[in-house]
Amino acid sequence: MSLIKVENLKVHFPVRGGVFQTVKDHVRAVDGVSFSIEQGQTYGLVGESGSGKTTTGRAIIGLNDITSGKVMFEGKDLSSVSKKEYIDVRKDIQMIFQDPFSSLNPKKRVADIVAEPLRNYENLSPKEERIRIQELMELVGLSPEAIYKYPHEFSGGQRQRIGIARAIALNPKLIIADEPVSALDVSVQAQVLNFMREIQKELNLTYLFISHDLGIIRHMCDHIGIMYKGRYVEEGTSEEIFTNPQHIYTKRLIAAIPDSNPRNREMHYENRKLVKSEYDKLEKDFFDEKGLPFSLKSISATHQVALPERG
Amino acid sequence: MSEVLLDIKNLKTSFRIKDDYYAAVDNVSLIVKKNEVLAIVGESGSGKSAFAFSIMGLHTRAKIEGEINYKGNNLVQASPNQMKKLRGNEMGMIFQDALSALNPLMVVGAQIDEAIFLHNPKSSKSLRKKQVINLLNQVGIPRPEKTYDQYPHELSGGMRQRIVIAMAISNQPELLIADEPTTALDVTIQSQILDLIKELKETIHAGIILITHDLGVVAEMADRVAVMYAGQIVEIADVYTLMENPQHPYTRSLLNSIPTLNDVKEDLHVIEGVVPSLQNLPRTGCRFASRIPWIKDSVHEASPELHEISSGHYVRCTCYKDFYFPEQAEEECNYVAN
Repeated sequence: MSLIKVENLKVHFPVRGGVFQTVKDHVRAVDGVSFSIEQGQTYGLVGESGSGKTTTGRAIIGLNDITSGKVMFEGKDLSSVSKKEYIDVRKDIQMIFQDPFSSLNPKKRVADIVAEPLRNYENLSPKEERIRIQELMELVGLSPEAIYKYPHEFSGGQRQRIGIARAIALNPKLIIADEPVSALDVSVQAQVLNFMREIQKELNLTYLFISHDLGIIRHMCDHIGIMYKGRYVEEGTSEEIFTNPQHIYTKRLIAAIPDSNPRNREMHYENRKLVKSEYDKLEKDFFDEKGLPFSLKSISATHQVALPERG
Repeated sequence: MSEVLLDIKNLKTSFRIKDDYYAAVDNVSLIVKKNEVLAIVGESGSGKSAFAFSIMGLHTRAKIEGEINYKGNNLVQASPNQMKKLRGNEMGMIFQDALSALNPLMVVGAQIDEAIFLHNPKSSKSLRKKQVINLLNQVGIPRPEKTYDQYPHELSGGMRQRIVIAMAISNQPELLIADEPTTALDVTIQSQILDLIKELKETIHAGIILITHDLGVVAEMADRVAVMYAGQIVEIADVYTLMENPQHPYTRSLLNSIPTLNDVKEDLHVIEGVVPSLQNLPRTGCRFASRIPWIKDSVHEASPELHEISSGHYVRCTCYKDFYFPEQAEEECNYVAN
């Protein structure tokens, strides 16, 4: 059984207007997304800004209300469990945020930041708590003495690791990482990514990894889902998506990644032009009247593509 | 050999912190030729933006020493008025964040119009409008007449960046400085903007300084690359040499730390430590030494200089000769043991 299964998830935000602020319309931020993640795997959610990838992550963890659809975590439907049960489940799902500069309270010491989830869920004596925090700090590679410092005393990469320490404090099963490295410099990025992979092995963690950077997604993820305007355009294993993309949108996304070999520059440029012209030619076939992708069709056991209705 | 457009000698830009001056750009010398893209790469805090701002004369409180020779004039000594005439006319700049670079209260057409008007006050209004529409066309905006009357908030990020580019090239600049022009954009938009800059280079024949931290962008765009670390250039070479035969430990570490699409699932190289802050920067010796502690002190120079190791390829400090990655050393040990 998969650890988490999302079925036809929809998150719509009302648009209000007029004199009485009545609901005029809805923004369909997430519009029918389904996927599942196996224990210990990393699932990548890719898309451009506004595609709904962050909203999907936030809906799973309960930061955005679900309009319809199901989120099954270990077989339990999160949208229908009682509040008490939900609090229990919520312990197993944690989040790492994008910006390590705004996701840590500047007025709190690191010890209090990392202890917050522990204080919410576990009845530890102050001494036990301190020991646990120091363990966590060591686990994320920061010196245990640093727990009495404030967030501003740390560099970006270190802060992101404090965020990770907070996320793993309760031994969660699933971690939702929303663009965990996009605010960091390349060298620090490498540090955080390596570290995330290390603790994944150590603690048997499952990641939902949200990013717009396909290079990082390829590096980290086993399975990938590509979102466009709140819907999926393609889903498959990392290998399938990168070596055999089927949807024109995926092709374009992959063609847009800069090639790190300057000798391929011309070829890459020509290829990008070719893909762009193909995209323009086929755009009407691959998207419906509203410009939304069609529903997914399986083309192999793991590979699904939003192909046009008429084959 | 094409013409030299900008010749910078020993540029030093210092900021005052607590009654003392600290150099954010420290003795940088380089040239930019006509019709070439020079990329400047480095992490945040390496001084790459401070460098660009120095050329444009945009620092208000910094102490700038050295020479910035632009077509025979030393810009360091130029009066504010002279700089004003150059900026936006012969030198254009593309900023990172298009939203804050544009005036939110003015329609975008009027903003581009203003850029032209300031440098040609005698041009007629109708002619300028035509010029603006042409520019909007040139930067690939689909309906230029309509876009002319739109406000920045009505446009998408990619469109806004195109407007900023249109403004920067409105007076056919000979030098264009692009400070992280695509960092805030999505990949597909990024590739469009980069292609646009490339195509513009062909038409306006400007010298372009491209500031970025993304080595993929460098590989796509640059003719020559300068790598900056802690205010100094540590390596400079043409793009092929730099990407295929990097020498300085910092360049090699940077190239090793990015995930590529070809080798998957291997650990990335991590550069130890952090970029030292301006105040804590070691002013003598190799500035990168503290981040490669496994390399013996004796291989560093006392006051590292740029050495030309092959034609046009300069590397700072001698430590590159003895540099190896710790992972490499382990592998070799294993190899010997087996």
